[in-house]
Amino acid sequence: MKILTPVIVALGLGLNGCGYDAHDGPSWPGVVPAVVQDPDAKVQVPPPPFTEGQFPCSDCHEAGLPVNTTRRVLKTAHEDIVLRHDEQHRWCLDCHDEKDRDKLHLASGETLEFTESYRLCGQCHGDKYRDWRAGVHGRRSGNWNGDKTYLLCVHCHYSHAPAFQPLEPKPAPNAPRGDLR
Amino acid sequence: MIGCAAAAASGGCSDLTHTSWFRGRFREMSDAEKKDVIADLEKQHSERFAKAVTVGAEPPLEGVEFGYALDISRCIGCRRCVYACVEENNQSRDPQVHWIRVLELDKDKGIDLAHANPYYDAEKVPRDGHFYLPVACQQCQNPPCVKSCPVGATWTEADGIVVIDYDWCIGCRCCMSACPYGARHINLMEPHIPAEELNPKTHYLGNRPRMKGVVEKCTFCIQRVRNGRYPACVEVCPVGARKFGNLLDPSSEVRYVIEHKRVFVLRSELNTRPRFIYFYGL
Ligand code: HEC
Ligand code: HEC
Ligand code: HEC
Ligand code: HEC
Repeated sequence: MKILTPVIVALGLGLNGCGYDAHDGPSWPGVVPAVVQDPDAKVQVPPPPFTEGQFPCSDCHEAGLPVNTTRRVLKTAHEDIVLRHDEQHRWCLDCHDEKDRDKLHLASGETLEFTESYRLCGQCHGDKYRDWRAGVHGRRSGNWNGDKTYLLCVHCHYSHAPAFQPLEPKPAPNAPRGDLR
Repeated sequence: MIGCAAAAASGGCSDLTHTSWFRGRFREMSDAEKKDVIADLEKQHSERFAKAVTVGAEPPLEGVEFGYALDISRCIGCRRCVYACVEENNQSRDPQVHWIRVLELDKDKGIDLAHANPYYDAEKVPRDGHFYLPVACQQCQNPPCVKSCPVGATWTEADGIVVIDYDWCIGCRCCMSACPYGARHINLMEPHIPAEELNPKTHYLGNRPRMKGVVEKCTFCIQRVRNGRYPACVEVCPVGARKFGNLLDPSSEVRYVIEHKRVFVLRSELNTRPRFIYFYGL
């Protein structure tokens, strides 16, 4: 924390003197807080990024398909899913609920909608989850002083192989022209 | 001005609208004068681009000082922000004007602006051994550009945004040489934007279409943020590296960054005191 002080002073906002604990509420009269949020509240998210035809899972999984909890390589469906996410220690049903396939579950057994998958990720990635809750990891859109939508972790990290994928860059700017500089 | 008054008296100013010739500094205008000027600009731009262009004059919000934080441990140099900014803010397509420049730097050398490369090209980013530093207006609390302007055409608003009145800018470029971040750009030639690409939602001090010979730069998307929205670059960034909010609000994202992350400002030795900070989100 020490190294931050010079920067805050450098910013010259006098943030130091006003007891700026994030939960203290506004420190200036008339400053309306951007977000008053309960740390466990549900947040507004865009639809989960399912592939066409995959959801609801119960379309297949309740139509007489027996639950098979044996860890195995799937051959007749989902062959395209290759786990690259701590796969030595984990398998499908650690995250997906075996009884209600339209849901995920936490280690405690509590089931979750896919719109709350961030809580599943948050179980093991507590630091990222905290930053995401604060709007600092991940991305928000909408209003800085009002309603916002948060991207789910899985909008950026494919849940089964979550390393962020490199992107093609947009074109480089034109090099400066002699007559324009 | 006297010249035109005389000309007007003799009927010589017939194709000049009243407001464009007698216009004062925007920040010194009464509300009624602003209304006139804006109606005039809206008419002019709507005709030119053949669609309904609005020119807003939303004032600063009470109790708000804007700040911006960019996570350089996350930025991958994809330049989505550069082009989202061009579209949102009506930068000239030809000749090309970009308010955001993304610099590619060597991990070995650290923040060494002298060796930064804005022209990198690659199949995929990030490139091994490199990191990326997007730079636009740093909205300084102690802005050298404002001090250098001989005609008072650029100033800091109460919400911290450094703005330019294009109608007062004389194109002398003093501000451009005063800015240590290369964040100010001039339209030396007639700016060109295809009508279908023009963003019709504009602000007088921001993204309204500019004329030849004036200086422009990032305004934190004044036309969006004064209406509560995030800047366009924040919403487009695929890695979520860009954070924006009210520095006076302890529960804002920018304050969380200042309080929980390792942060720095560019060229702090110059005492410009940017409201734009960089951080390591890790
Ligand atoms: C780390 C937890 C986790 C593990 C382990 C996991 N999943 Fe998932 N899976 C998820 C989450 C979260 C989603 C939701 C993604 C979304 O919202 O689109 C998902 C989505 C899916 C989908 C829908 C995919 C799509 O493209 O629409 C299928 C099918 C699926 N999982 C099957 C499996 C199978 C089969 C396994 C084992 C091989 C498995 N999952 C392992 C967390 C996990
Ligand atoms: C088109 C039908 C279909 C849909 C839709 C479908 N599955 Fe499956 N799923 C199967 C089949 C068939 C198997 C058995 C594959 C095998 O044993 O080789 C299976 C197996 C699984 C397994 C392995 C455990 C078990 O019970 O066999 C998981 C986990 C799983 N599916 C999750 C999901 C999730 C989550 C969704 C929705 C996001 C989903 N599936 C949607 C057909 C489907
Ligand atoms: C049960 C614990 C657990 C859960 C639940 C979990 N993860 Fe992970 N995750 C890990 C572990 C352990 C690693 C490091 C090992 C690895 O990379 O395979 C990891 C690695 C990662 C990485 C880094 C990958 C890389 O290659 O750099 C990302 C990103 C990630 N997880 C995202 C997620 C997301 C998103 C979710 C929710 C859909 C999630 N995790 C759920 C345990 C978990
Ligand atoms: C806007 C896109 C986005 C969202 C949303 C997002 N992340 Fe990330 N995340 C990233 C990027 C980009 C990285 C850096 C990846 C890299 O360096 O390879 C990253 C890195 C990570 C890592 C690896 C550790 C590190 O610091 O490199 C973990 C774990 C992780 N994210 C978890 C999460 C979890 C959990 C959530 C949801 C609570 C989440 N992410 C939401 C983009 C996102």
